[in-house]
Amino acid sequence: MDSPQEQRGGVRRWLDDRIGLAEIETLVRKKEVPVHRHTLWYYFGGMTLFLFLVQVGTGILLLLYYRPSAEEAYESVRFLMAEVEFGWLVRSIHSWAANVMILTLFVHLFSVLLLKAYRPPREITWVSGVVLLALVLGFGFTGYLLPWNELAYFGTKVGSEIMGAIPLAGTFLRRLLRGGDEVTGATLTRFYGIHVAILPALTTLLLSLHLFLVQRHGMSVPPSVERRGGGTRTMPFVPNFLLRDLVGWLSVLAILAALAAYLPAELGQKADPFAPAPAGIKPEWYFMFMFQTLKYLPGTILGIEGEILGVVGFGVGGLLLLLIPFLDRRTARGEPSALFTGIGLLLLLYMLVLTYLGYTVSSTQ
Amino acid sequence: MTRAAGGDRPTRRGFVNWFLGTAAGAFLIAVVYPIARYLVPPRVGESAAASVILDIAPADLPPNAGRIVKFGNRPVILVRTPAGELRAFSAVCTHLNCTVQYRPDLGHIWCACHNGHFDLNGKNIAGPPPRPLDPLVVNVAGNHVVLSKGA
Repeated sequence: MDSPQEQRGGVRRWLDDRIGLAEIETLVRKKEVPVHRHTLWYYFGGMTLFLFLVQVGTGILLLLYYRPSAEEAYESVRFLMAEVEFGWLVRSIHSWAANVMILTLFVHLFSVLLLKAYRPPREITWVSGVVLLALVLGFGFTGYLLPWNELAYFGTKVGSEIMGAIPLAGTFLRRLLRGGDEVTGATLTRFYGIHVAILPALTTLLLSLHLFLVQRHGMSVPPSVERRGGGTRTMPFVPNFLLRDLVGWLSVLAILAALAAYLPAELGQKADPFAPAPAGIKPEWYFMFMFQTLKYLPGTILGIEGEILGVVGFGVGGLLLLLIPFLDRRTARGEPSALFTGIGLLLLLYMLVLTYLGYTVSSTQ
Repeated sequence: MTRAAGGDRPTRRGFVNWFLGTAAGAFLIAVVYPIARYLVPPRVGESAAASVILDIAPADLPPNAGRIVKFGNRPVILVRTPAGELRAFSAVCTHLNCTVQYRPDLGHIWCACHNGHFDLNGKNIAGPPPRPLDPLVVNVAGNHVVLSKGA
């Protein structure tokens, strides 16, 4: 209460009396970040958060011109790209930042997984993070359709058809997602609502919980570092860590601007439900490993449709990922857990190899 | 719920808790049920037409070629085989719903999305499709191709 700033001005004291600036200041000063050889990985969560804010900002700007109907969506995006001043920039940054955000999110996920930051008491932080991953993939899937171009149309047809392979509830869920039996203008309107209202609302809730828990528990020092007696050195979050964060954010913003300028988001042909699917149709890269897996599954495996088996497999995989903190009992007890390190590395390797194959194995024969 | 812990006699607190719980549950159902029903899209009438007269003359389609035509609100692929015969199938791939196309270089039907192949009888011959394409009946009436649902 008697910090030097306190004497400075009436405004500060006025605010302090009403919202408790001093308490916030104490909190901010108290926050420390451990310094060790894995400190680098701490930056990726904040980077993902920064990119999410870029998405919110550019997304709001796009809303001012976008029209969510099958008749007008493609034309409104074309107008935005061709006529609106810097429309190309806003849309291209939205498109690129989405991709980079998912990349940093995966880096964040795997660093937390491999450094075992999910162990007690951070189980809920992990679970909220995995749910946020699902929400972000939902953002990617729904946003992809909005320009209503050929690739988006068939990508969505395939993606939503895969949902139909879920046993028992599949047909119902597919109808629910598509807003009808087929991918139509009704689907576009529905995806728009999901993309700009439902997912942002859910993400805000989950993200608040996630950040609150990160704040509450502080950064996790990896067990491997702890066992060597490291991790006792720290740096203050403000300003040391935050300034380093800022360097990263400004750099990634510069990269986004460069990508947007040299490789602007494409629009392609307007979706036509009565045209054949174009050759070489590919999903966004972050769905590629799943897409490629489904490609390798034969039509039927032991009398079950390969598709169904694949979808159930991914569902079970996602559930296991969500429950890792509760499955990895050795890490919870503070013992080394080579099994889960192996699982994490195998998962990473699987995703990398299948993604690579997805982009190198030709589909046109 | 209406019994106090440890006692058999209903208590005032127990009753109020039961009452509040039931009311909260009913309220929740009254809110969630209409929303859930709202989210499920209503059934819209599909084209029930059993046959469609296309604005295509048989001569428009050369041998070893195919094209996508509308059958109600669904795409259908009309193929003229290298032997000259007209055939039609649902153009919706049985794998994941992409729209198939005719590949003159292969002489059969192909789906670009996941490399599915169908022969000229619509049978799935390679790739992931689990079932054949649904066939349609092709007739020629005057100078028009007429498609009808299979028997």
